Amino acid sequence: METIIEPLMLGLVEAVQPINLAMMIVGCIVGLFVGAMPGLGSVNGVAILLPLTFLVPPNAAIIFLAAIYYGAMYGGAISSITLGIPGASTAVATVFDGRPLAMSGKGDQALMAAALASFIGGTVSVVLFTLAAPPLAAFALKFGPQEEFALMVLAFATFVGLGGDDIPKTLFSIFIGLVLATVGYDIISGKPRLVFFDLAAFQRQISFLVLAIGIYGIGEILWTMETSGGSMQVNYVKSTFRSIIDNIKRAKTYFFTAIWSGVLGYIVGILPAAGATPGSLMAYGLAKTFSKDPESFGKGNVTGVAAPESANNAASTGSMLPMLTLGIPGSPTTAILLGGMIIWGLRPGPLLFVEHPDFVWGLIGSLYMANIFTVIINVAFIPVFVKVLVMPFTILAPIIFVLCLVGGYSPNALLSDVWLMVIFGVAGYILRKLDYPVAPAVLAIVLGTLAERSLRQSLLSSQGDPMTFVERPISGIILLCAVGLVLVPVIRKFMPKKEAATAGASEG
Amino acid sequence: MRVRTAELLVAIVLAIMSAGIMWKSTELNVGWVPKSGPGGGAWPFWLATGMLGTSIWTIIRWFRRVTPQSRSDELFMTADTVAIVGPVVVGLVLLLLGTYFIGMYIAVFLFMIAFVRYLGRHSWPMTMSLAIGAPVVMFCLFEWALSTPLPKGVSALEPLYYPLYDLIY
Repeated sequence: METIIEPLMLGLVEAVQPINLAMMIVGCIVGLFVGAMPGLGSVNGVAILLPLTFLVPPNAAIIFLAAIYYGAMYGGAISSITLGIPGASTAVATVFDGRPLAMSGKGDQALMAAALASFIGGTVSVVLFTLAAPPLAAFALKFGPQEEFALMVLAFATFVGLGGDDIPKTLFSIFIGLVLATVGYDIISGKPRLVFFDLAAFQRQISFLVLAIGIYGIGEILWTMETSGGSMQVNYVKSTFRSIIDNIKRAKTYFFTAIWSGVLGYIVGILPAAGATPGSLMAYGLAKTFSKDPESFGKGNVTGVAAPESANNAASTGSMLPMLTLGIPGSPTTAILLGGMIIWGLRPGPLLFVEHPDFVWGLIGSLYMANIFTVIINVAFIPVFVKVLVMPFTILAPIIFVLCLVGGYSPNALLSDVWLMVIFGVAGYILRKLDYPVAPAVLAIVLGTLAERSLRQSLLSSQGDPMTFVERPISGIILLCAVGLVLVPVIRKFMPKKEAATAGASEG
Repeated sequence: MRVRTAELLVAIVLAIMSAGIMWKSTELNVGWVPKSGPGGGAWPFWLATGMLGTSIWTIIRWFRRVTPQSRSDELFMTADTVAIVGPVVVGLVLLLLGTYFIGMYIAVFLFMIAFVRYLGRHSWPMTMSLAIGAPVVMFCLFEWALSTPLPKGVSALEPLYYPLYDLIY
C-alpha cells in the first residue's frame, strides 16, 4: 500500500504546481466547452489543441490534455439535456432521460445529477486506476517484443470483435493506418520507403497528428456541418443557490447506481474499441433493468441521467490505464495522447513508471484534482455554457479550421503536411459516409512504428520462426484472447437469435 | 451519384491504391534477409496485401448486397450537402494556396471574411473581429511565444511585418 500512497502524494504535489494547476483549470474549461458543443468531442479537442501544448513542458501538457478529456465527459451532458442532442457520442444515453427532465422544467435537476454522477464515477475510477496501474506496469516490465506485438494485435482485435462496424471495412482501416506509419524510411535500415512520386510530404514519417487533425478536425466538422442543418430548441435552465442544495440532497437516490456505473464504465473503458459510448449505454440499460420503477425511464428519471454520466467519466479514466502501463491506448483520445508522449520524447509503456515517475504520478494526481475542479466549474458556470451553446456553427467552424491549419503546420513547419491533412480530412469524411470506421486508423498510425519494430525484433530473435509468439506463455495467452475476440461476431452470426440476446446480456 | 455506386467506386479505388502500395513496397526487400530479419519492405507489403484483400472482400459483399450501403439508392451527396461542404472544401484549398503567395496571416484574414460573412451571414462587426482577431492571436502565439514563424508568402510582403518584429524582439 505504501508503494502507492507515497508516489500518489508526490503526484498531488506535482499536480498543484502553479503551471500544472493553471493548465488543468484551463483544460477543464476547454473540455467542458468542447464536450458541450454538438459535433465536437474530447478527441477533436485533444487532436486540434495538441500542437499548441509545445508551449509548456510535457508534464503540464499531458495534464492539460487529460483535463480536456475529463471536462468533455462532463460537458457532453450539458447539450444532451438543454438541446436534446448529445454534445458528444459519449453522452447519447444522457439524452434519454435528460431531455424529458428539461422539457418538464427540471433541467437543473438533470444537470446537477449529471455533474454529481460524473464526479462519483470519476472518483471511483481514479481510485481503481491508482490501485491497478502500478502492479500492472510492474508486471508489464517483463514483456518482450513478442508480448508487445501480441498486445497490439489484441487492441486491434477489439475493434473487429466489439467495434460493431462492418468487419472488412474495420480491417481496412487498421491496415491503412499501419501502412501510413511506414511511409518515410525503413526503421531498421534507414532507407527511403514508400516515397510516392518523390514528394517531399512523404520523405519523412507522416506525423500521426496530420491524420488525427485531418480526420477529427476537418472530416468530422464537414460531417457536422452536413448533419446540423436543423434549428435547435434550447431549454433554458434556472438555477439558484437554494435549488443547488436541494439537488445535492437528491443525490442519495442515485448514489449507488452512480458507483457501480463507475466501476462498469471503468472496465469497459479499458478496451480500445469499447470505451465511453457503449459503457454509458450499458450502464443506462442496467440501471433501468435493476430499477424498482423501470417504467419511469425515458420519461425523466434522474437515475437515468446519473448512470450513463458516471460511466462515461469512468471510461475515460479506464482508457488511460492501458495507455500508461502498457503503451496501448484504450480509446482514440488516448491514442492521440500517446502520440503526444512520443513527440515529447517519452517512451510509452511500463518503463514510464520507472523512468518518469513525476510525469505519470503528476498525471494521476491531476486526475483527482480535475475531478474536483470540473464539478465546481460545471455547477458554477452552467448558465454560461448554455449561452455558448447557441453560438452558430458558422462561427465555430472557421475558428476550428484555422486551428487545424496552424496545428498541422507548426510541428514540422511544412505546408505539405497541411495539404496531406486536408486530403485525409476529405477522404475521412467520404469514407465515414460509407461506414468505414476511422478510429482504428488513428490508433494504428500511432502504434504502427512500435508494432513493426516489435514484430521484426521478435522474428529476428526467433530466426524467422513465427511460433515464437505462441510459444511464449504470456504472448500466447494474449493472442488467444485476440482470436477469441475476433470470433465473437462469427459466433453471434451462427447463434440462434434468442440465445444471442441472452449471451449479449451476460456479457454486459 | 447513389450511395450504392459510391461504395463500389470507393472500394475499387482503395483496391487499386493498395496494389500500388504493394508494388511500391517491393523497392525494398520484402523477403527474409539473413541475419537481419524481415526486409524493410515486408511489413508494408503484407499490410497492403491486407488492404487489397479487405477491399476485394467489400467488393464481393457489394455484389452480394450484404452491406446496407450496397442496397441504398439514396443520393450520396444531396444538393444541400454539396452546397455546404463544397464551399468549405474549396475555401480550405484556396486558404492553403493563398498561403504560398500572400502568407498565412492574410490568407486567414480573407478566409474568415469569406466564411463568417458570406457563408454564415453574420454582421460586419462580428466578421471583422474574428478576421482580425484570428491572425493577431496566431502571431502572438507562434512568432512570439513559440518562436515558430508561419509562412508569410512572397518576399515582397515581408516589410509589412517589420514593425511587428520590432515589437516582439
